Amino acid sequence: MKKFFNSIKQYPSAIIGILLVLLLVGLSIYTLITIPYNQAIQEWRGGEDVRRNVPKTARPTYINWFSSKKYSETVEFTSDEPDERIEKTVREMGKDLYDINITFTFDYDFDTFPQEMHLIFTSNYEEKSPFIFMTWYKPDGTEIDLGDIVVKPYENFRFQDQKLLNRLDGDSANIGLFAVPESQPREVQKGTYQLHVRAITFEEEADVEARLILFGELHGVAGTDHRRRDLSLALLWGAPIALSFGLLAALGTTFTTMFIAAVGVWFGGWVDELIQRITEINMVLPFLPILIMVGTFYSRSIWTILGVVILLSIFGQAIKNYRAIFLQIKESQYIEAAQSYGAGSWRIITRYLVPRIIPILIPGLISAIPSYVFLEASLAVLGLGDPILPTWGKIINDAQMQGALYNGYYYWVLQPAALLMITGLGFAMIGFALDRIFNPKLREV
Amino acid sequence: MVEGSPLPIQEEAPPKDNSKKRPNTILRLLRYTAVKFVVLGISVLIGMYLTIMIANMGGYVDEIMKGQIRESVAISVSMDPEVKILSLAERNERIEAMIRIEEERLGLDQPFIGRSFKFLRNAMTLNLGRSQRLTSDTGSRQVRNIILERLPSTLVLMTTANFLLFFTSLFFALFLSRQYGSFIDKIVIALSPTSSAPPWFYGIFLLLIFAAILGVLPFGGMVAAPPPQETGAYLLSLGRHLILPVTAWMLSGFFATVFNMRTFFLIFSMEDYVELARAKGLTSREIQRRYILRPTLPNIITSFALMLISLWQGAILTETIFNWPGLGRMLYSAVQNFDTPVIIGSTVIFAYLLAVTVFLLDFIYALVDPRVRVGSGGPKS
Repeated sequence: MKKFFNSIKQYPSAIIGILLVLLLVGLSIYTLITIPYNQAIQEWRGGEDVRRNVPKTARPTYINWFSSKKYSETVEFTSDEPDERIEKTVREMGKDLYDINITFTFDYDFDTFPQEMHLIFTSNYEEKSPFIFMTWYKPDGTEIDLGDIVVKPYENFRFQDQKLLNRLDGDSANIGLFAVPESQPREVQKGTYQLHVRAITFEEEADVEARLILFGELHGVAGTDHRRRDLSLALLWGAPIALSFGLLAALGTTFTTMFIAAVGVWFGGWVDELIQRITEINMVLPFLPILIMVGTFYSRSIWTILGVVILLSIFGQAIKNYRAIFLQIKESQYIEAAQSYGAGSWRIITRYLVPRIIPILIPGLISAIPSYVFLEASLAVLGLGDPILPTWGKIINDAQMQGALYNGYYYWVLQPAALLMITGLGFAMIGFALDRIFNPKLREV
Repeated sequence: MVEGSPLPIQEEAPPKDNSKKRPNTILRLLRYTAVKFVVLGISVLIGMYLTIMIANMGGYVDEIMKGQIRESVAISVSMDPEVKILSLAERNERIEAMIRIEEERLGLDQPFIGRSFKFLRNAMTLNLGRSQRLTSDTGSRQVRNIILERLPSTLVLMTTANFLLFFTSLFFALFLSRQYGSFIDKIVIALSPTSSAPPWFYGIFLLLIFAAILGVLPFGGMVAAPPPQETGAYLLSLGRHLILPVTAWMLSGFFATVFNMRTFFLIFSMEDYVELARAKGLTSREIQRRYILRPTLPNIITSFALMLISLWQGAILTETIFNWPGLGRMLYSAVQNFDTPVIIGSTVIFAYLLAVTVFLLDFIYALVDPRVRVGSGGPKS
């Protein structure tokens, strides 16, 4: 073991590979602990009860680190949480008549406008719904009447009221409310803004809370997609899925193939012939089209696909390579010795033949992992990704469908691609170094 | 050995084969050829039947298609103003009649197992028949026409990409095997893990850089739309569209192929007879041609032949990413449309090409390598 680590040290690429793989494993464990499966699935697939509080196709926030222009980021204020930027007063005006005032005061320093604005009211009245007036104050002192509404228990004021839009001279609210007057093209007026919400309630117990969300052009560490999903969720969950798919496929294929090759070589005769013939038939079968057929006709579940991948890969070219090696091992004297003291066929196969080939097998196994990871991504890019799980390939597929490259949403493609590349390179580098350590013939050249 | 090496290291023949006495050469040759022919034929037959079963999901696709027919007939009937005045019973009768006609047209009225053997017979005799949904751009439903129409575009892309990849890596590998241990050799070794990513993956990056950011090359397709009328302009446009997919293909394959070939050449260059040649004072170029390339020729030919037939299937992913109208895209849309005749047609041609190649390779080995005699061990495929 120690010797093994010493020889690994001679390959810097192997060290990098191990670090990359450890990084991925760490990421997977972190993901599995912090975002439980059910929660991840629910948030990713969405549904009636999932309210998406993220903007559409927003780029990740780290863009601002590299950009001289400061793009708007998402800002959120909630009146029922303590926040120094929010002031809330309640005044009794008469019997069952209350005057609630909420003032949001905040600085806006970004160079671009928010992407969207939402003002969400929640109120717990019983019969008579509260009445609300809203006023907007710009840094230069301009006052804009946002209008008035009667709110339901949950009400999202989207700033799309026609009267308001008329008042803003044709600008949408997210621009008109932040723009320097008369600027052409529209420029952001930086400084302190104020939103004043005045609610009149008609019940003693009734209360009103307000939440102001300014969706930025940048959002979250990984950005969002066209269906208002935070990409970080899928990027994180993609890691354990990719790792387990690649690992299971590589393990399943390699060990079954090796075992079948061993059985064929040991028993020889018709068993060996049969295996050889199956391998030839398998060569005729179109691998990727069959996977596409299974995905289209039968099931897109990642586990079904995994099973089919293993089934189709068992009788591949590798079985011929293993067979050639086993044929040599079979002639060794220690096998003859084992036979002479009466070891049975299965004992010889499992205890004498198979262990000898493990060192040759491991580099191949590790190198095979990335090809399966990319295979899963390839199927997802064709639109045959698992219908439930979020995977890296599915993000790329979504991005392709939405013309991400054409529309300039580079982050959408680059992030999953970078993670795929890390996975591929990590395992390939380790496998490559192991190949040279275990196969001395390669080491010399 | 190196996993997935493009030059599979040949398994050694069992020693007893070599010690056999030579009987009648021609008889042996004929017997061997016949056995090989039959074995390959049976492999293709079984492989095709399996593909037919899979392409129909053991008859399940029939059910899907019947459901689709019922739905589309019901919709078209309900839209028809003539039918609206009919009574319910008459209307249902009309619907059933239309479904029957459509099912008969597609042969769905007969049991699947019987049809599966008919499919097999037609496939094996290369009677590709008519497609169910897909049509060629000229409107033909003959599978042969659909395939022939897509063949040129796949051939243009895949031959350019594969020939470039094969010959550049072959010459580069030969060059590297002379430069063993040099800086450039080390760089190739360090870069060879990058080949774990498939071509479409590099395609995305290339599209991002050259199409999206720089805007110098097109996003996809085979020629500009509308296609240029003059031949020169047409070829120029085709060339511009070829650059990115071919580069993606090269990037994905190049370093691993070069590394594998170089390692292969190096292993051979350690043989004693190479040492002897060197001692004789031959130039390294001569050594390479006569003592390294010559014995590795069977392997090079194998991988070249297998590459040639792999052209047939096109590259589904690369064609998808670059929106290239080739056989891969055709196969993909055939699957999406449950168009089994097209799937089977494309598969059977691949199977035949493969079988013929495997069959011929034995004889080619005997031609290029005097140590090999057909039918007596030697490199097996």
